[in-house]
Amino acid sequence: MAATTVPENTTKRHAGRTSGPGGGAARTGLSRKVRQNLQAHGFLIGALLCFLMFSWYPMIREFIMSFQETKRGTTSWVGFKNLNRVYHDPYFWTAWKNTAEFTLYALVIGFLVPFVVAIVLNELRHARAYLRVLVYLPVMLPPVAGVLLFKYFYNPDYGLFNHILKTLHLPTSQWLDSSHTAMISVVIAATWMSMGGATLIYLAALQNIPGELYEAADLDGAGLLSKIWHVTIPQTRMVLSLMLLLQIVATMQEFTNVFLLTGGNGPENSTMTVVYMVYQYAFRYNNFGSAAALGLFLLLVLAVFSGLYTRLSRNSD
Amino acid sequence: MSAFTSQNRTLISSATLSRRKGKIAYWTVWTLVIVVFTLVFLGPLYWMVTGGFKSAQEVVANPPTLFPKHPKPENYHTAWSELKIARLLFNTLYYAFGALAFQLVFDVAAAYSISKLRPVLGKIILGAMLATLMIPSAVLIVPQYMTVLDLPVLHFNLIGTPWAIWLPTVANGFNIFLLKRFFDSIPEDLMHAASIDGASPLRTLWSIVLPMSRPILGVVSIFAVVNVWKDFLWPMLVEPDPKNQPINIGINSLSQGVPENVLIAALAISALPTLLIFLLFQRNIMSGLTAGSLKG
Repeated sequence: MAATTVPENTTKRHAGRTSGPGGGAARTGLSRKVRQNLQAHGFLIGALLCFLMFSWYPMIREFIMSFQETKRGTTSWVGFKNLNRVYHDPYFWTAWKNTAEFTLYALVIGFLVPFVVAIVLNELRHARAYLRVLVYLPVMLPPVAGVLLFKYFYNPDYGLFNHILKTLHLPTSQWLDSSHTAMISVVIAATWMSMGGATLIYLAALQNIPGELYEAADLDGAGLLSKIWHVTIPQTRMVLSLMLLLQIVATMQEFTNVFLLTGGNGPENSTMTVVYMVYQYAFRYNNFGSAAALGLFLLLVLAVFSGLYTRLSRNSD
Repeated sequence: MSAFTSQNRTLISSATLSRRKGKIAYWTVWTLVIVVFTLVFLGPLYWMVTGGFKSAQEVVANPPTLFPKHPKPENYHTAWSELKIARLLFNTLYYAFGALAFQLVFDVAAAYSISKLRPVLGKIILGAMLATLMIPSAVLIVPQYMTVLDLPVLHFNLIGTPWAIWLPTVANGFNIFLLKRFFDSIPEDLMHAASIDGASPLRTLWSIVLPMSRPILGVVSIFAVVNVWKDFLWPMLVEPDPKNQPINIGINSLSQGVPENVLIAALAISALPTLLIFLLFQRNIMSGLTAGSLKG
């Protein structure tokens, strides 16, 4: 590299010797570069191998498997047969409908409740730390503890919830045992267990709203609701929309709660979600090709929301 | 969390609150919130702990009792020994801290390399790692399972071994992203000074970068442990042997043949460790959560 700056000298030397000092410097420079790169890649190798084996390769494999079938140990290409099979599965639309229903309930309950709770907590001036810890407490429970506890509360005969309803003279419910209420019961339990995280994120967003905006709204004679509508919501719009997308992506992958609370299917298949169906195909019927094909459908739907999320979060930076 | 100490102007002005009417309204709402929240979030936990003390008849009695009439601490003992909770808790800890160690070593090294050593193709590799965040994890469960069943090239079967839980946790684009962003903020001058003093990259990482990165290492560690502690489907698939199962799967698979009061005692025991960890580290956990959640 230094050689180019002094052309006269080097060309002469080059004529004399085959490898001049300029060439030597370039080589040591190059070998240092190679060494540095080897070092840098040495630091990368562990994570790189893990990504290769457990993330990148499975991603490609998901596609390949969707078009393959394994019978008696031999794998063959079957084209769209798997996709066709899962599409015509009698429960295909049931699973999608249930997943959509779960997501919808989770948005109405799991999205609204934490936001309202955050607004209320933000207004209180006393015992805030206690309330914050309280809301986050269930998040730290192992899911099995929260879920089986709710299963006990939901029991139609001796469960706490029906007892409370009865003392309040309200009609009792079959909760998980009826196909009408099973899904909403799952959502209530899931919301209780996980709303702490969303609440804290909203709370942090609320604290970033400049106080002057509320003062200005006060001067204009705005009421409580109109302040929420015209100041709070627009000021937290970014966080709200990101959380909305995040929640759609997360709730559409629901498995653990329905599996633990209703065994997956629920009464009359009322809680069978898409991921549970994937699980069934793969680990009950040992049909990995069809499981992958169903996963591909889910991937296509979720790609839209994931893409939106990435786009928004990039803009917000 | 400094915003909590210097109270910002919020929806309701302090002027409104200082009026008599405002004060009454505030304290009414405040009392209501405290009572309702305590009932909703602490109530179930109270019910769980006391349920564990009830007798087999009392736990399914209608109407339910608020206090156990004849507390039976032996339920906890039965749960501990019959469900082998010590074993399940040990397994969970083993998986969680193993995963933590692997993530700290490999993800920190990778993020350091991309941020400070800048290898050829580093940007592309980072991009490929971040791209995995867009793939829903549930979709990859099946091909991941197949991979663990028969590791490519090496042809190891990891099912039933802790490696099946530890290694996949390293492939965490979010960790790499958090760490890389933090390392980016460490001034380049410090790196140069270290390399002029003849420090190797490993030495620089160890004595300059890591000591400065405590906050982010704390956040990553908490996420790593909590994620393993809360995971369900993956460990259920890759640890079929009840002896090796973490607490979530172990208790669920044993829950069928156990009386309800003993089961509830088991739930209370299983909830205790994470709740204790949370109460001890709640400040770090909650600030880490809001720091790492959206803005990254």
